[in-house]
This record gives sequence, structure tokens and C-alpha cells, in this order.
Amino acid sequence: MTESNQSMETPEEFQLRARAWLADNMPRRPEGQGHLRNFDRCRELQKLLHEGGFAGVCFPAEYGGLGLTLEHQQALDEETMSYDMPLALNIPTFGIIGATLVEFGTHEQKQRYLPPMIRGEEIWVQFLSEPSSGSDLASLTMRATRDGDSFLLNGSKIWSSGAQSADYGICVARSNWDVPKHDGITVFIVKIKQPGIVVEEIVDTFGGTEFCQEFFDDVRISMDDVVGEVDAGWTVVRGLLAHERNSMGNASPLTSGLELAPTDHVVSDIVDIARTTGMASDPKTRQLVGENYALRFVQSETTNRISSGMARGQFPPTAGALLRLMGARAAVRRSDVALAIAGSGAAAWHEGDPAGNAGSRFVGRQAAEIGGGTTEMQRNIISERMLQMPRELAADRGIPFNEVRHNAATTQKSKK
Amino acid sequence: MDVDLSEDQEFFRETTRKFLETEIPVENVRQLADNPAGFDRDWWRRGCEMGWTSMLVPEEHGGGSLEGEGLLDLVIVAEEMGRLITPGPLLATNVVALAVTERGTEDQKKELLPGIVSGDVLATWALNESGGRWHPESLELEARPVEGGFSLRGTKEPVEAAGHVDQILVTARTENGLTQFLVPSDADGMTITPMESLDLVRRYGSIQFDDVFVPASSVLGEVGQAEDDVERQLQVAIALQLAETVGTVDRIFEVTLEWMFDRHSFGRPLASYQALKHRFADMKLYHEANQAAATAVARAVQHHDEEASLKASSAKSYVGDHATFVLQECVQMHGGLGVTWEYDLHLYLRRATTNQVQYGTPDDHRERIAQLIGMDEESQ
Ligand SMILES: Cc1cc2nc3c(=O)[nH]c(=O)nc-3n(C[C@H](O)[C@H](O)[C@H](O)COP(=O)(O)OP(=O)(O)OC[C@H]3O[C@@H](n4cnc5c(N)ncnc54)[C@H](O)[C@@H]3O)c2cc1C
Repeated sequence: MTESNQSMETPEEFQLRARAWLADNMPRRPEGQGHLRNFDRCRELQKLLHEGGFAGVCFPAEYGGLGLTLEHQQALDEETMSYDMPLALNIPTFGIIGATLVEFGTHEQKQRYLPPMIRGEEIWVQFLSEPSSGSDLASLTMRATRDGDSFLLNGSKIWSSGAQSADYGICVARSNWDVPKHDGITVFIVKIKQPGIVVEEIVDTFGGTEFCQEFFDDVRISMDDVVGEVDAGWTVVRGLLAHERNSMGNASPLTSGLELAPTDHVVSDIVDIARTTGMASDPKTRQLVGENYALRFVQSETTNRISSGMARGQFPPTAGALLRLMGARAAVRRSDVALAIAGSGAAAWHEGDPAGNAGSRFVGRQAAEIGGGTTEMQRNIISERMLQMPRELAADRGIPFNEVRHNAATTQKSKK
Repeated sequence: MDVDLSEDQEFFRETTRKFLETEIPVENVRQLADNPAGFDRDWWRRGCEMGWTSMLVPEEHGGGSLEGEGLLDLVIVAEEMGRLITPGPLLATNVVALAVTERGTEDQKKELLPGIVSGDVLATWALNESGGRWHPESLELEARPVEGGFSLRGTKEPVEAAGHVDQILVTARTENGLTQFLVPSDADGMTITPMESLDLVRRYGSIQFDDVFVPASSVLGEVGQAEDDVERQLQVAIALQLAETVGTVDRIFEVTLEWMFDRHSFGRPLASYQALKHRFADMKLYHEANQAAATAVARAVQHHDEEASLKASSAKSYVGDHATFVLQECVQMHGGLGVTWEYDLHLYLRRATTNQVQYGTPDDHRERIAQLIGMDEESQ
């Protein structure tokens, strides 16, 4: 590592140096292809970036990062557009979990976990949702029982993206059942590959295995791996969820690399579909193409506005919900537009047709409005926390958790 | 509002808001509905003392801006005017000021700019032609070369503030291409007919040119070469229009948010119903997105960004749809009150709707995006 004497480097200098280094060292993104969610490849790419001194730009220098500014990261993002980047590490590893450890971790935890994360050696997953708790995350029932100097975890987590390829998880569990739900929660760092944890892949509507379900059986966790205070983990969760909204709205300083240039000339997939279906001169198609382009432009400008406004304190941290909502709504609209332009090509196509995935994209469309906190929850946050409208009635407020009514038995999906 | 205003700009915004609130609150705007021009010239001159027409004009001709980025100051005025649906040819006059500043001869600048800056000279841009034509390619008004100049023939409509200004910038077609002319409003052969208009105080007229003679010295820029100039003027017009539209929504969003807490049904405030809270969350998002888009366009146009046209069309189509969407939602949340003449909401909707369809509808601009991103080129 040669960064220590480069901490004074301006974003422009950093960018030029990155440009030269990338050209010599980084593989190009295959033409016309998006980024693959291949974690082994991501580990290699991240290792490469780290060796070149371009990893963890905004992570603190004492924990393996470069300790530079958001401007440096943005400068790097401009340069990495055409390269193969380990984008699958952005969410949740860097943007959510890295950010949460930076905010709430102890010095020892940061020393232990951040450097290997930045080197691409350890990939993380979020163990938040459970079969019976999603939006109402604080109603979770994963049991954390104190046993001497450690805790034992029992229960199930679900919808954990990438758990099959991850090394560590941030796991939220209930450590106290005699107090209201938010007051009895503790956050743990969990090593995934160990005897007490079974990971099962879930097949999603695309036929892929985006997420998993896990079963915990007396998993022992040392007190050193408690993040934040015992029973006061909800503070950590709130911070984590804010980092999640920011990351999903492209507003995290800790993520690196972008999926598409903000004002990429070609909103390529949609335009390609229009061309291959012979609809490029059809007025209705052109309207949709124009709308889609405009939407992408407005989305990226909205991200700039809200993230720079949050950094300056002009928007509260909950404003990340606006970005999360914008991102989800835009993804849904893009999927609708792709379907409309693809026409019958979305139902039957020749291998390799750009229209081919429009149908399955549409079928899996709602994932964008569910994963990372549903759009309904974002609307609750915007109306209640940003606009100060009255909170929804919560029938469990102030009531000890063990006296609260839970889901009807029919919605329980626990194994065993 | 831009989230990145300097202290001077912030101060300017506050003084502009105070000036408008004392000088021309919405009650006064209603009264001006009976005024043929829709505004008062003395009041306009006082506004010009605050810099309303100097921002795009260089200092040597009496102009000047706060930070040397005049358009970014001017959109502050436009937005504040939107908040109070202020009358006056802010957009029209400033587009002409910009065109003369960027393309005028020394004589043209000397003759027009000081008067525009002081507020003694009002101006407008005659671009549109009947049938919703604003796109440069579709324009037909003919400029025929004659001895000593040109002869104009055709009709321009709707032209903002036509009949209430002193100078008209006319975009015409010559054999060699688009050409622009600065024509005094009392030129022989020109007939101006007032039109009915949706906005109570923003007037439009139809201008008929029956072989109007204009001397060669009235050409702005070069004969046949005005296409880029027209594009630039359009971008400035759109930047100002977007800012004004954002201002209309900003005010109504505030008013409606307050209403949601005051108005009760079934023993609870409207703001407590999730069905309405969620709609408000969407409205908040659209309003923020509109502001982000408007700001980005102002910056792109100010800085001569090479993608300024694409950005302007993107914002124009998005904001056009989403601003009136939010305002209509606000009407709905007001119940019966929202559709009365007495209540001010419709005045705002009139302004935002006017803006939505002037200088191209959202559909027009989506089509323009398709052209600009190369939909018509052969697949690469
Ligand atoms: C692609 C994808 C990836 C994911 N990755 C992860 C991951 O890595 N780790 C992880 O822990 N979880 C993950 N999740 C889970 C995700 O966070 C949850 O699915 C989500 O929070 C919703 O919870 P739920 O599925 O239990 O639905 P529920 O909470 O049961 O919600 C059902 C419906 O009711 C609505 N609803 C619920 N409460 C309210 C309310 N108060 N007001 C209005 N509407 C309400 C919801 O919006 C939703 O429409 C992922 C999900 C997806 C789709």
C-alpha cells in the first residue's frame, strides 16, 4: 500500500491516476453485458482494486480504507464505468454492513472485519427478515439466550440475499422478551460456515437463487461479536436501515462503481428492444423511449439533490426513503416500458433477442418494491418522519413482546 | 429550490419573496385579471430595479448578476414568481435579453439592453405558430428578401404578452434557413389580436404579419443561421418555465400539507389516513424530483453543457406531467373547496398547465428525446 503520502491528492489527480492504473490492470466489462452476480469473480476483482490502491475509498484509513472524500469516490466511479467491477459487493457488504460497522462497531471489530472486507476476502449478508417478520422487523423472534460469556442463537432467517456465498452475517435477534419489542433486540456478527447454521437456497421467479433461508441451532456467539449494546440493538438496526435506503438509492459514499452512467446516451436495453422489434419509428414506442430516458435522467438528478442535501443537513437522514421509493418506482416503470415495447416478443423469442428478458423481468417486477424495505414502508417513513403526519396505530406499542399478538398460524413458514 | 445556493443567492431569494409578497400578493393578482395587460408597467420597473431583467445582460450594458452565472440567479426569481403566480413577462423579456446579448451587434445591444434592464423596454419572443408548432423545423412564417431588408408574412401565435411589449423577436424562415428579426411592436403591417387565455394574468396574442418590412439591420445573428440560437433560447425559456412551475407546486404543497392537519373527518385529521399519507409521500417525491430536474437544467444551460437539449427535454416532459399531477392531487385532497373559483388553487393549476403545454408538450419533448438519442439512426 502506498497511499499514506497520497492523502492530500485532489480528486482530479486521483482520477487521472486511477485512469492510468485501470487501463493497465483492470479487465473491461464485456461489451453489451451487465455485471454478473458472480461472487468468486467479485472477490478477485476487489482484490485487484485493493492491490492497486483503489479500494475502500471512503473507508477510514486506520481500518484499511483510503480515508478520502465522496468526490474521490465519484471521480473513481466515472473511470470504472467501462470496467468489470465487483458491484455485487456494494449491497449489502460495503454500503450497508461496512457503513454500519463504521458507525457502531468497536475499535476491535473494525480492525478485525473492515480490512478483509475491503480486500474482497470476506463477503457479508444481512440476516434481518424472518418467516414471520419483514416490514415489522422489530417483531422478530430469533432467540438470543445468554449462556455465560456468550449468546446462543436459535431460529430462522429468510430472504437473505447472497447468503450461500457469504462469509459473515449481521444478525438481529431477540435477547429480552419481557419488554416492548424495540427494547429487547441485540445485533450480532455471525460466521456463516459453522455446524449450527444450515443455509438453503430459495428459487426466485427468475429461476435464480438470489436469496436463502437459514436455520440456526444453538449457534454460539462471543460477546466480542455483539454490535452496539445488548438489548439496545434497535439503534443499530435503525442506522443500518438508513444505510440500506441510501445504498439502494445510489447515495452511499462507501459503494464503488455504478451500474449505468447517470445520463448514459443509450438507455440501451429499451432502445435495443425497440430496434430489434422494428418499432423504432412507431410514435407510441418513441414516446416510451423518451419517457424512459427522461426518467433515468430525473432519477439520477434526484439522487444528486437528496444525497448532497442530506450531506449538508438540508434533508433529514430519513430522506433516503425518497431515493429508495424513486428507485423502486423507476424500476417498475422501466419493466413496464420494456414489456410494452417488446410486445409479443416478451412471450416468445429467439435465443439472444434483447426482447427476450422483458417478460421475465415483468414477472419478477415487484422484487424492486419489496427488497430493501417495501415501498409502502418508504411511504410511511416519508409521510410520518419527513412530513410529520400522525403515525399509524401500532397495537403493540409499549406492550411487553411476550404479550403481543402475532401472525395467524397459517402465515408461519418456519421449518421444524 | 436548488439545495446549493450561495449566501448571496439565499438573501436574494428572501428579498425577492418579501418584495412579491408585499407588492403583489395573490389578491392583487386576481384584481389584475381585469387589466388588459395583466400587469402594471410601473410595478415591472420596480421589479427591474431588483435585477429581474439584468441577470442575462453584461455589465457594460447595465446588466449584472450575483455570481456571474445569471441564469442561476434568474431561476430564483422565476421560482418565487411561481409561488405567487406573479404576472409579468419575465420569461419573454429575458429570452430576448439573452438573444440580443449573445447574438446582437453592438448597435443592437446599445439600443435595446439598457431599456430592458431598466424596465422601460418590454420584449417578447414570437416563436410559436398555430397548431401547437414550436419546433424549429415546423416553422413557416416567411421572410422574403426585398430591397434594404426583408418582408415578413405569416402568423405567430400564441405570443406571450403580444400587444403589451415594445419589441418582438420574430423567428422566421428564409430560403437559406431560420433567421431572427428584432421588430418594434408598432411596425407597419402587423396586426395583433388578443387571444383568450387559461392563466388569468398571462396574456397571449396572435400577430399577423402582412408583408411587414424589416430593415437588414434588424436581423439578429446571421441570415439563415439561427437554428442554434433558437435552440439556446428554447433552453433558457424551458429553464425559466421549469423554475416557475416548481414554484407553483412548492406553494400549493405547503398549503395542502397544512390543510391535511387542519381538516378533520371521522374525528381525526386527514393527515392520519394512510391512503392519503401514501399519496402525499408520492407527491413529495415528485416535487423533489421536479426540483432536481429543474435545477439540473438551469445549470446545464448556464454552463453550455453539450447535453443541455436532452436534459431540457427530459425535465420538460417529466416536470410537465408530474407538476400538474401533484396539483390535481392537492385539489382532490381539498374536496369541494378545491374546485371553487374563490379558492386560489385553480390559479396555480392554470399557470402550471399553461407551462406544461407552452414550448412543447411533454409528448413533444419525449419525441425530441427519441430523436436526440439517435432512434432514427441505423442500429450500430
Ligand atoms: C429481492 C429481495 C432481496 C431481499 N434481501 C434481503 C436480505 O438480504 N436480508 C433480509 O433480511 N431480507 C431481505 N429481503 C426481505 C425484505 O426485506 C422483506 O421481504 C420486506 O421487508 C417485506 O417483508 P415481508 O416479505 O415479510 O412482507 P410483509 O411485511 O408481510 O408485507 C406484506 C405486504 O404488506 C405491506 N405492509 C406491511 N406492513 C405495512 C404497514 N404498516 N403499512 C402499509 N403496508 C404494510 C407491505 O408493504 C407488503 O406489501 C429481500 C427481499 C427481496 C424481495
